[in-house]
Amino acid sequence: MALANDTEGARKRAPLPRWLTTTLKTIGSIAVTMLGLMFITFIIGRVMPIDPVLAIVGERASKSTYDAVYFQLGLDKPLIVQFMYYLRDVAHGDFGISLLNGHQVSDDIRRVFPATLELASLGVIFGVVLGVPLGVVAAVRKGSWIDQLARVVALIGYSMPIFWLGLMGLLIFYGMLGWVGGPGRVSIFYEDIVPRVTGMILIDSILDRNWTVLKDAFSHIVLPASLLGYYSLAYISRMTRSFMLEQMNAEYITTARVKGMSEWDVIWKHAFRNIRVQLITVIALSYAGLLEGSVLTEIIFSWPGIGSYITTALLSADMNAVLGGTVVVGLVFVLLNVFSDLLYKVFDPRAR
Amino acid sequence: METLLDIKDLWVRFPSRHGVFDAVRGVSFTLGRERLGIVGESGSGKSMTGRAILRLIRPPGIVEATQINLEGVDLLKKTEKQMRDVRGKRISMVMQDPKFSLNPVMRIGDQIMEAYRLHNSVGKAEAYAKSLEMLEAVSIRDAERVMRAYPHEMSGGMGQRIMIAMMLIPNPEIMIADEPTSALDVSVQRQVLDIMDKLVKERGMGLIFISHDLNLVADFCDRVLIMYAGRVVEVCEAARLHEAKHPYTRGLLNSLPRLDAPRDRLEVLQRDPEWAEAPSVSGRVA
Repeated sequence: MALANDTEGARKRAPLPRWLTTTLKTIGSIAVTMLGLMFITFIIGRVMPIDPVLAIVGERASKSTYDAVYFQLGLDKPLIVQFMYYLRDVAHGDFGISLLNGHQVSDDIRRVFPATLELASLGVIFGVVLGVPLGVVAAVRKGSWIDQLARVVALIGYSMPIFWLGLMGLLIFYGMLGWVGGPGRVSIFYEDIVPRVTGMILIDSILDRNWTVLKDAFSHIVLPASLLGYYSLAYISRMTRSFMLEQMNAEYITTARVKGMSEWDVIWKHAFRNIRVQLITVIALSYAGLLEGSVLTEIIFSWPGIGSYITTALLSADMNAVLGGTVVVGLVFVLLNVFSDLLYKVFDPRAR
Repeated sequence: METLLDIKDLWVRFPSRHGVFDAVRGVSFTLGRERLGIVGESGSGKSMTGRAILRLIRPPGIVEATQINLEGVDLLKKTEKQMRDVRGKRISMVMQDPKFSLNPVMRIGDQIMEAYRLHNSVGKAEAYAKSLEMLEAVSIRDAERVMRAYPHEMSGGMGQRIMIAMMLIPNPEIMIADEPTSALDVSVQRQVLDIMDKLVKERGMGLIFISHDLNLVADFCDRVLIMYAGRVVEVCEAARLHEAKHPYTRGLLNSLPRLDAPRDRLEVLQRDPEWAEAPSVSGRVA
């Protein structure tokens, strides 16, 4: 009887619209992933043989000072309770205070992440705009000089150490030719001129209609961004080439040719449409990689990004900063994944 | 009979590291407004012959012939751009498996309309109407839904009928059907063939029907070329296929089970290396 009642009840309930269940599922999976990520990083941060109290009070503090801080940090409580407190704080946007500089970690991240976002976005745009066509042409003209050229370009991208290319770039284009700006995000006399809105100087200066700052910021970002872009170009162009080669052998390509289509249309209207989903994966991966912050590039170009921030924090056992940085990078990864899943469905009817 | 296509001494070669491989070796035939079957095992060069006519053999493959004349004009002398006006518009081709020969990420309607608009400068609305009409001609009910659908939502039989509609919509004179029913269930094979046959007849087209199925070809075609190792070993009227003389054809016929004459053991084809060496038999009708 109970069973019959249950099914009756289920039938009466109106089914949720599909977009709503999909959205809820997505949010749920983001939440679970983030929870897992925070749990792991938190545990690693706490079991590390670094005494957070000593890091704050210093080695010469008295026992009473030590104990006061110990209790204040809640270190007397079980790990799981500490984790709950941490979760509560994070939910309020509070990642704690950086031991290194005494700032709120959230403020620090708000400062360094836009710098990385700006650099990585420009880099990945560079990589896509040049890498995709290069890969397509290399596949279509397989074995030709342009294919060989693409191979060499990618090989150099894979094998040259970025710090060497970065230093050479600075030496040639900044030091010798003076075509681009030097290290840093803007020249020192333009710092803090435009009001902070997004934290990305290119965008903030456009919003402020301050073209001088825009020009200066662009001259600073162009070299590190093309350098990062070059590395994603190497990867993206190789992957594009192999995806395209696979599609060009497909039978529907013969169909398109039988119809009397020009080769250009066969390539772009038919073959290319079929590699979009795979390409998105590759682009999202390389974008996510850049958003983690590329420590070497940031250090060479004195770029105050999240990569060098986390690295510095890690080296000085500043666990709050490390945890905060990790959570933000993790969130970016997860969101990028969700976004590329969404694009799959747009581009491939079979994934709907 | 009026000659649509006249092919003389067609060769398709693929240079490789171990020397040149000849996939088609000196094939000659003509095609009128008839149904010409090309039968052979896999690797006998029958598909390559079809693709060579459309000049779809990609480099490093090489196509050579004294002539491939389409109504008196040699296709080999045309530029690639001129060939595009031949493909689809005058000669088109249906391939084996609609699962692979339709673009998986494009709506069926867009693919059919594209085929029409490549050769007719008309607007979308007209192309849409024409496509609906064509889908109905291949006995697809609910054509409007099919126009919006994607290939993976279709069954094999539906897919192949869509393929036929797409290939016939620019109104070509010649259709090459390359194993059009081999990927289909036996139950829908006949249905697809009947639709194709009806349309080809109505339009007075020439059909080149490539298949490995002797019975099907004997039933369905007017004339048959039997290919072996890149050559035509025998040409005969489809209705008189059982009177074929060449030992290869005889061997193929004998290796088929027959309902009216059951045997305990089917014959195994004994190959004679001389068959591959003998010059190609011409399928040209003067």
